[in-house]
Amino acid sequence: MDLHVVGPLASPAERAGIESVVGPREPGLGGHASRGGHAARGRRDLLLPALHAVQARVGWISQPALNEICRRLTIPPAEAYGVASFYALFSLASRPPVVAHVCDDIACLARGADQLCADLERTLGPAGTPSADGRTTWLRSPCLGLCERAPAALVTVAGEEPRTFAIAPATTARVAAELSDAAIDISRADRWPSAPIPQAGDPALRLLARVGRVDPASLDAYRAAGGYEALGRAFELGPEVVIRELLASKLVGRGGAAFPAGRKWEAVAAAPEHPHYLVCNADESEPGTFKDRVLMEEDPFAIVEAMTIAGVTTGCERGYLYLRAEYPLAAARLTHAIAEARAQGLLGPDVMGRGVAFDIEIRRGAGAYICGEETALFNSIEGKRGEPRNKPPFPVQVGLFGKPTVVNNVETLANVPLIILGGGEAYARIGTEGSTGPKLFCLSGNVTRPGLYEVEFGATLRQLMDLAGGVEGGRALQAVLLGGAAGTFVGPDQLDMPLTFEGTRAAGATLGSGVIMVFDEAIDLPAIVLRIAAFFRHESCGQCVPCRVGTVRQEELLRRLVAGRPNGSRADELRLFDEIAQAMRDASICGLGQTAASAVGSALHGGLAG
Amino acid sequence: MTADPIWFRPAPRPTHIPAAPERPAPAQVAFEIDGRPVTVPEGSTILEACRTEGIETPTLCFLENLTPVNVCRVCVVELEGARVLAPACSRKVEAGMKVHTDSERVRTSRKVVLELLGSSVDLSTAPDVAGYMARYGADPSRFAAPGAPAATVAQPVKIDNELYVRDYAKCILCYKCVEACGADAQNTFAIAVAGRGFEAGISTEWNVGLPDSACVYCGNCIGVCPTGALMFRSEHEMRAAGTWDEAAQTRTDTICPYCGVGCTLTLHVQENDIVKVTSPLDADVTNGHLCVKGRFGFAFVQERPAPE
Ligand SMILES: Cc1cc2nc3c(=O)[nH]c(=O)nc-3n(C[C@H](O)[C@H](O)[C@H](O)COP(=O)(O)O)c2cc1C
Ligand code: SF4
Ligand code: SF4
Ligand code: SF4
Ligand code: FES
Ligand code: FES
Repeated sequence: MDLHVVGPLASPAERAGIESVVGPREPGLGGHASRGGHAARGRRDLLLPALHAVQARVGWISQPALNEICRRLTIPPAEAYGVASFYALFSLASRPPVVAHVCDDIACLARGADQLCADLERTLGPAGTPSADGRTTWLRSPCLGLCERAPAALVTVAGEEPRTFAIAPATTARVAAELSDAAIDISRADRWPSAPIPQAGDPALRLLARVGRVDPASLDAYRAAGGYEALGRAFELGPEVVIRELLASKLVGRGGAAFPAGRKWEAVAAAPEHPHYLVCNADESEPGTFKDRVLMEEDPFAIVEAMTIAGVTTGCERGYLYLRAEYPLAAARLTHAIAEARAQGLLGPDVMGRGVAFDIEIRRGAGAYICGEETALFNSIEGKRGEPRNKPPFPVQVGLFGKPTVVNNVETLANVPLIILGGGEAYARIGTEGSTGPKLFCLSGNVTRPGLYEVEFGATLRQLMDLAGGVEGGRALQAVLLGGAAGTFVGPDQLDMPLTFEGTRAAGATLGSGVIMVFDEAIDLPAIVLRIAAFFRHESCGQCVPCRVGTVRQEELLRRLVAGRPNGSRADELRLFDEIAQAMRDASICGLGQTAASAVGSALHGGLAG
Repeated sequence: MTADPIWFRPAPRPTHIPAAPERPAPAQVAFEIDGRPVTVPEGSTILEACRTEGIETPTLCFLENLTPVNVCRVCVVELEGARVLAPACSRKVEAGMKVHTDSERVRTSRKVVLELLGSSVDLSTAPDVAGYMARYGADPSRFAAPGAPAATVAQPVKIDNELYVRDYAKCILCYKCVEACGADAQNTFAIAVAGRGFEAGISTEWNVGLPDSACVYCGNCIGVCPTGALMFRSEHEMRAAGTWDEAAQTRTDTICPYCGVGCTLTLHVQENDIVKVTSPLDADVTNGHLCVKGRFGFAFVQERPAPE
């Protein structure tokens, strides 16, 4: 390949950012020369970190900066441009260094995000307008995973010391104040409000046992609270027994697809091809979902320990934690936890002195819901566009870098230490026959106490809503969105549905990622449903026709219905919708297209929208 | 102890080139298509099996000389027991599979996919699509309402060089040109998919014109484009002038005169003028791919003396 890179050279700040990721240039390799060769091409996976570095340093990615990355990593500029333009958090046009990303997604809409955005439009100008001094701007954003403190905003500050912090709940005054504060100081305690864990301290908690009680920054505190006993036990038991316990526990994935975790581990542990990789999926971008964020922020060592157990059990020497970029506090706490664990010999070439190597690297996403899909996630880590791959082959055969890969959700992994310490069969007795174990639910919208709740599988929707204090202000319930944007709306008559895999399936609903979003009678539900349709149009990777065009047609159709101007009769429109939905569900490559019509369809057929 | 004789008497050199070791015959896989028992070599795709059975399967993003990307989804088939449909072009046959190529689900998906494409893309120069549309009863006009037209990818045609034009209003985003420009043939990587979702499109870096890009004008992207989005400038201009007449064209296979590789060229000739050059997909030397000289270097053939 003849690398064709022309144009002006990168600025010193851009180069400094790039070099912080790919190292200094070889001496004598100046100007336009590129001499990376095979070694550089082998580091294509540094493309996203390098783009992040420039974005964080300068606030946007210029053509010279992208060219410099291409030279250093031997990537054709057209491909690098294709990758950079895929991710919503990278700006390829000049943009102010300080940006407030204001969530206008569904949980925030239910708590005033439309008013917030309207006010910002009035005071700061339409989204994207730079301030008079060119230093700040604001943008609309899909769900930021802060739904329990809706409406939410996230501020990114580019510069030599890039910073990101949340404003939640956000008010117009607060967003404006933060933006006009020239020396944004993120060490201030109110930048890092702890997540409300209404049940904190309840002795019945398992997954949330340490949350809010044990210092998330202290390895000693974690160990004093029983941390790392499970890893020691896993070494004593050995991989075969660990996998047997996992199978006996009947633990299934909590990322949405509900696949038995033990079967995945078994397949990768036995795969003859090496190396094996472990991926912890912390992309959590399903609107309404924030459970993984709370686990990572409040109990980061538990995730590190669980990943270590998974790694040593399935023969992986390297684990990647793919974290959505909108989670700065989780990133900081996990980075700290990984460094502490490494310093104490709990990660590295000789884990716990057992002669087994395992280490963890955090990779950040860049604003793409689709990168939570496991194969899109692999492509993203590999420095490619986050487009899902066709399955088969499955990740346990051909995964990250083409190698056998275990990919598990954060919450799935958080269950592993419980299983190892308590035994698989005991774990299987928690919950119901078909859905074992404890389960986290993310309650948001119009409930009295939004937040993360842990129950045993089998609790009904009503019980969970009661835990959260019922509908806020005692208002009447209009509908509940179960499972997130890819889930289903259910009505007030379905509150006795048990929130188990089998219970929701029987009711034609889905648990998805554990979202319970409550809408009271005052909510403009058609607007919520439209926002869901817009979300899928925006987040489709664009690869396959049914999803790329189907999500656009779905939104257009819904707009007609909501505006009361159906093409023909409402029944005609519903028939057309059903056909589009069927093709999306049947013929799309991945779960995004396959579920893009699910919530919208349940609202349309339930008479909730238009 | 005696010296090892091998040291002094090397084995005689073979007098002929040794034949490659015989390849074991591939195992056969038995399965069913539309209720018929079928046996194909292991590793075959469902599409290959359908073709040997004479079952017509529409395809848009598939081409024999490219790696399947399975993105257009017009070839989907139903597998008994599977939750979703599978792309015939890339899915490998497995023993015992029960495939349905004309079930209600298959027909609906194929029809809707064609309608979604037809409603958003100008398919007027895509040779196969009209036939597919007729076969599945596709009606792309269904998505537009009075006063609310359906969104399309309409945009001005890009004419930035002498040799070929890019009309992305006709692009179905089949990824074939990207593959041909990249690792499947040319290894130039001048174009890639940029953007996301409905805004995704084929682009050079920062959307620069071809002369500023890495393009070497091999035209292999034109050769694989199924819709005419990429087109010889000669064809584009004749179509604009209304003089393009495929029925009046002859196709003649010859060998490229430029170098010793010896690529097969197919000359498309209308009224004694070469109007376009292609290469057969099954030509051993080219697999359908050429370089700039064979593809575009024909002008000298028709340098005629100015009329006296
Ligand atoms: C569009 C889409 C987005 C997804 N996002 C996530 C995510 O953010 N986190 C996650 O764990 N799984 C997500 N998944 C599911 C993953 O593909 C995969 O099934 C999961 O990470 C496997 O882990 P588990 O078995 O532990 O659940 C997503 C799937 C799709 C189709
Ligand atoms: S279904 Fe949507 S997100 Fe998934 S591969 Fe197809 S276009 Fe991409
Ligand atoms: S003409 Fe050749 S080099 Fe240029 S874009 Fe097409 S395939 Fe790539
Ligand atoms: S330009 Fe042609 S070959 Fe390229 S993606 Fe579009 S339709 Fe396919
Ligand atoms: S943070 Fe706004 S919807 Fe989740
Ligand atoms: S031809 Fe099979 S998906 Fe396009």
